[in-house]
Amino acid sequence: MTSRRIVLALMTGAAIGLSAGAASAQTEIQWWHSMTGANNDVVNKLADDFNKAQKDYKIVASFKGSYADSMNAGIAAFRAGNAPHVLQVFEVGTATMMGAKGAIKPVQEMMKEAGETFDPNAYLPAIAGYYSTVKGEMLSFPFNSSSTVMWYNRDSFKKAGLDPDKPPKTWPETIDHAKKLKAAGISCPLSNAWVTWVLIEQLSAWHNVPLATKANGLDGFDAVLNFNGPVHVRMIETLAQLQKDKIYDYAGRTNTGEGRFTSGECAIFLTSSAFYGNIKANAKFDFGNAPMPYWPDVAGAPQNSIIGGASLWVMGGKKADEYKGVARFFTFLSDTDRQANLHQVSGYLPITKAAYEKTKADGFYKANPMLETPLIELNNKPPTENSRGLRLGDMVRMRDVWAEEIEAALNGTKTAKAALDTAVERGNQMLRQFERTNR
Amino acid sequence: MQKVGFKGRFFPYVLIAPQILITLVFFYWPASQAVWQSFLIQDAFGTRVEFVWFENYETLFSDPLYFNALVVTVVFSTTVAALSLGFALLLAVMADRQIRGARAYKTFLIWPYAVAPAVAGVLWLFMFQPSLGIVAQQLKRMGVDWNYLLDGRQAMTLVILASAWKQISYNFLFFLAGLQSIPRSVIEAAAIDGAGPGRRFWTIVFPLLSPTAFFLLVVNIVYVFFDTFGIIDAVTLGGPAKATETLVYKVYSDGRLGGDLGGSAAQSVILMAIVITLTAVQFKYVERKVHY
Amino acid sequence: MVERRPLLDLMAHLVLLAGIAIVAFPVYITFVASTRDATDIIHGTMPLYPGTDFVANYMGALFQGSQRLRTTAVSTMMLNSLVMALTIAIGKIVISIVSAYAIVYFRFPLRMAAFWMIFVTLMLPVEVRIYPTFKIVADLGMIDSYAGLTIPLIASATATLLFRQFFMTIPDELVEASKMDGAGPVRFFIDTALPLSRTNIAALFVILFIYGWNQYLWPLLVTNSATMDTIVIGIKRMIVTSDAQTEWHIVMATAMLAMAPPVAVVLFMQRWFVKGLVESEK
Repeated sequence: MTSRRIVLALMTGAAIGLSAGAASAQTEIQWWHSMTGANNDVVNKLADDFNKAQKDYKIVASFKGSYADSMNAGIAAFRAGNAPHVLQVFEVGTATMMGAKGAIKPVQEMMKEAGETFDPNAYLPAIAGYYSTVKGEMLSFPFNSSSTVMWYNRDSFKKAGLDPDKPPKTWPETIDHAKKLKAAGISCPLSNAWVTWVLIEQLSAWHNVPLATKANGLDGFDAVLNFNGPVHVRMIETLAQLQKDKIYDYAGRTNTGEGRFTSGECAIFLTSSAFYGNIKANAKFDFGNAPMPYWPDVAGAPQNSIIGGASLWVMGGKKADEYKGVARFFTFLSDTDRQANLHQVSGYLPITKAAYEKTKADGFYKANPMLETPLIELNNKPPTENSRGLRLGDMVRMRDVWAEEIEAALNGTKTAKAALDTAVERGNQMLRQFERTNR
Repeated sequence: MQKVGFKGRFFPYVLIAPQILITLVFFYWPASQAVWQSFLIQDAFGTRVEFVWFENYETLFSDPLYFNALVVTVVFSTTVAALSLGFALLLAVMADRQIRGARAYKTFLIWPYAVAPAVAGVLWLFMFQPSLGIVAQQLKRMGVDWNYLLDGRQAMTLVILASAWKQISYNFLFFLAGLQSIPRSVIEAAAIDGAGPGRRFWTIVFPLLSPTAFFLLVVNIVYVFFDTFGIIDAVTLGGPAKATETLVYKVYSDGRLGGDLGGSAAQSVILMAIVITLTAVQFKYVERKVHY
Repeated sequence: MVERRPLLDLMAHLVLLAGIAIVAFPVYITFVASTRDATDIIHGTMPLYPGTDFVANYMGALFQGSQRLRTTAVSTMMLNSLVMALTIAIGKIVISIVSAYAIVYFRFPLRMAAFWMIFVTLMLPVEVRIYPTFKIVADLGMIDSYAGLTIPLIASATATLLFRQFFMTIPDELVEASKMDGAGPVRFFIDTALPLSRTNIAALFVILFIYGWNQYLWPLLVTNSATMDTIVIGIKRMIVTSDAQTEWHIVMATAMLAMAPPVAVVLFMQRWFVKGLVESEK
């Protein structure tokens, strides 16, 4: 913060602008991201390492707030004609990004044009599939991925006379555990974060049931939602019932409720595997994790889980030389040692098969078994139409719509069936609107 | 009333230019853009735009959620206004009694005006957060099933309390000013006629205070319309299940991430119409009041 | 007082004390939380009296911000808020006083048109035209700058109206006398109109400073770089986190710091504040 900046701002009505005006032969590559905490340091170190490794390009990494904030900023900047080269976008923004032809540069195409070697098969299929077209062309570069796991408080389990080494596997077992925890005086036995991700999106994949037609939208924007069938309805109905006795207790749409697990209030908590670092830093109790529970009477369950997290999108309309720089950077990021290291320090999933194998070979999971749980889930079975991922237009707002309806079911103002019916209906309206502007 | 003036052909334009320029660029231009955009449907990046006439308005008026937001806004604003006006009036009447320390009391009551709505929201959020809030814990111990993330009425109660809290000082000041402008002689005359404090209040003070009360009602409604955005965004994000989504919050949340810019613009246009009407009402009143 | 009623007086004291307690309670809790360490708060076991981490929390907030989130230091945020509040307050006063002066003391074509053009904007806050305004600021390349943060909020019908009302009350004799001395519009403005407006300016300044400091939605949209965050936005960013736990002790210290300047302005400039509120009447 310099006084010069203030004087400038006060004196001129003109813009100060974003561009750092340093004149040099280096081509600058702007990278907007949303990584906080230790992961912010990881990002800065990556940029730094790349800048030191070569002379032609300079990566400038800027933190732009939450995922929604930076996506907002990216959209606004594109409209104003000064988009960054690389924008980190969370998984639910995928459809919005790929829908806007001209606004983005498909990663695979860019890599090819820049003459960099790029093999989509090098990436874990569960991750690559999420960010690829029907034809298998990768549109964005996976960066940080996670999946849903079930975290549990081992101390609370002991208190309730449950074996902490045998976490529940199915929903009936989980509910049974929750009831015993309640009886042992735990005020919040069972809860979760990211309500739609866990209770709709992951639930569908894990049970191999569709949440929308067209392979959950991956095969086209004309997908129609259909997650109001028996599997989903039973899940919500069960939780609504448990909510009445506080055996389950709703903790909000995003992950702001995660503190209820780290504080020891909630004993079983379904949320992102990336929650690990946070628990490790804050929990004053012994904890563990396990794959998500499943309903044993659903054929094929458990299938495989899907990912959450974010990928790097390359924005359209930039110079060929700048794309070359971005391509060089992505190659740099894909390096196996670097990926393995990234995975081990950040707690996010490895994105290449080689990095996963290397980490395994290093014996990392022996010491950190909790970090392998999401990978076991992701690779449980080869993905089907229902478990490759999902790609639905206007997903950020749609998640709110679904959450609203689930909230209505949980607080008893609607039945589970009615709530999901409305969620599907309202969601479909949004999809049609999106389809119309993104043909 | 015509003032004695100065002569100048260009000079007055120079003086008025900055204000007009800023008004044109940042008020009239965006307002006209809002009108234009309300006739369009477009994608987030603005790469595809379609002109649709009144379709956005039609969608809006056939959308039960828009009426939900309207109802929420009405319930929210009347409750906040009633609560903060009532409480402020009580305090003002007490502070108007010539007791010791009246000035000190006044000082200690006016400062919440300076607290930013979003910060006020965070303070109340912190007290009522289900897992760590002091008040929430107390409520739970008393057997209240407190979870405003799920219970719409609790969420509404929370944003109403935070909003009313912030507005008390403003109302208090105006009521106090209004009370102090009532001539002592009128009250003394009533006292001589044997009217007690209670009767004096209802038959003399309250009617004389009604213009102030009406003015405050309008201001409070405008406050609830716009300034509570920060409180809602910090505390409930409009949830659960849209229980606390006001008209202004809906404008923001529908246009977020370029989701539905056309619908959001249509709502802006409707809001502008509402506000201009409110302004006209208030202006009429202010003009009238000048004659007192 | 009409008659002395000790019992009623006692009741007045009690009601006022209760009122103050209710009004102050949220801030007291905030203060207590800002003096405690993270674990006291997270586990919901915070006692109702201040702890011992006052210095650590405030120093941490001021010079580092939320460490876990790597936010900007709160001192930077406060500086941004200060620049924004001062620019808005001073800017509004300057452009309003000169435009009101033009409207009152000059006869020129389109005078009333200009007046009405300003007047119509009286109660249309930025919230209702938020996205179009944002788009325009983006088109002008003013995103993430102090200019973008302040200039769109600087037009003010309220202040213009207030100065207009005030100038109308300046006796014509003063203008006549000034003209006799050969003073032009600039001299009269500097020598007479401006000094007479002092109290109005002070009163408006208090109100507008608070208005500027407390802005929320606009800075939320128009700034994306963390170094441009104002303190009100900074708090919001600290509580909405994606992967890290909210550091409530830092948030609460930041909240106290966010309230301090505007509350101080209200308390220390109380006379002007009351005048400003009552006269601007929004």
